[in-house]
Amino acid sequence: MAEWWQEGAFWLFALIMVFSALRVVTTGNVIHAALYLVGTLLGAAAMFVLLFAEFLAWAQVLVYVGAIVVLMLFGLMLTRAPIGKGKFDNDQRWLAALCAAALFGVTSYILVDAFDGEEISFTRTVGITAEDVGDVIFSVYVLPFEVVSVLLLAALVGAVVIARRDR
Amino acid sequence: MPISYFLVLSALLFSIGVYGVLARQNAVLVLLSIELMLNSVNINLVAFAAQFGENGVGGQIFALFIIAVAAAEVGVGLAIVILIFRNRQSVDIDEMSLMKW
Repeated sequence: MAEWWQEGAFWLFALIMVFSALRVVTTGNVIHAALYLVGTLLGAAAMFVLLFAEFLAWAQVLVYVGAIVVLMLFGLMLTRAPIGKGKFDNDQRWLAALCAAALFGVTSYILVDAFDGEEISFTRTVGITAEDVGDVIFSVYVLPFEVVSVLLLAALVGAVVIARRDR
Repeated sequence: MPISYFLVLSALLFSIGVYGVLARQNAVLVLLSIELMLNSVNINLVAFAAQFGENGVGGQIFALFIIAVAAAEVGVGLAIVILIFRNRQSVDIDEMSLMKW
């Protein structure tokens, strides 16, 4: 099942994702940071398509790119972030880079060591449709689903209460 | 295709998110970096579901839950950031030292 185009598409989207993620954390323009995040999120949606999780890919595009990035842009505008060049990094950035590099080294070493040589077969996931996902959500995972809906309601009320002006 | 490709990619994105959280000064940019980290975890979950899941769906559903929790987190987080901006005219994290011991 692992055709050459799957691997090619993986490398293409992985490069796009890593480049945009690096720009998100290094660019000096806040609006560009939010827009580069779109590149990473769309790359993640492409990864979900590569793993035959179409429903999740569309949920990713709708919720992340459609809602969360727009919310972030609103947040940047409402807090009057300086558009254009500015100083957004603190003085510990080399320490932070060292910390992140150490984390990446340790986690990737452990993951490669544990799962080296295991190929994804795709035979399990190739026929999964949105219908199957819905069946499992409303049978096996119905309790976490309800808890998530209560959490969303609580977050909605909480955000309105916190950000309200008159008190 | 080796599963370690997806795992190393998500580890790399997670580490980039950690760098962003540690190095950024603007609170909204820190929230953006947190989104990067949550997103990398989703890739990990879906890859593991494709490889080891009982029917290949469980990991996708947990990724959906993470997306929902991320939406809630952004809503509350931005409300807090806007409240701080309203009170202090700044969202610089280094200046938020009121509760620092």
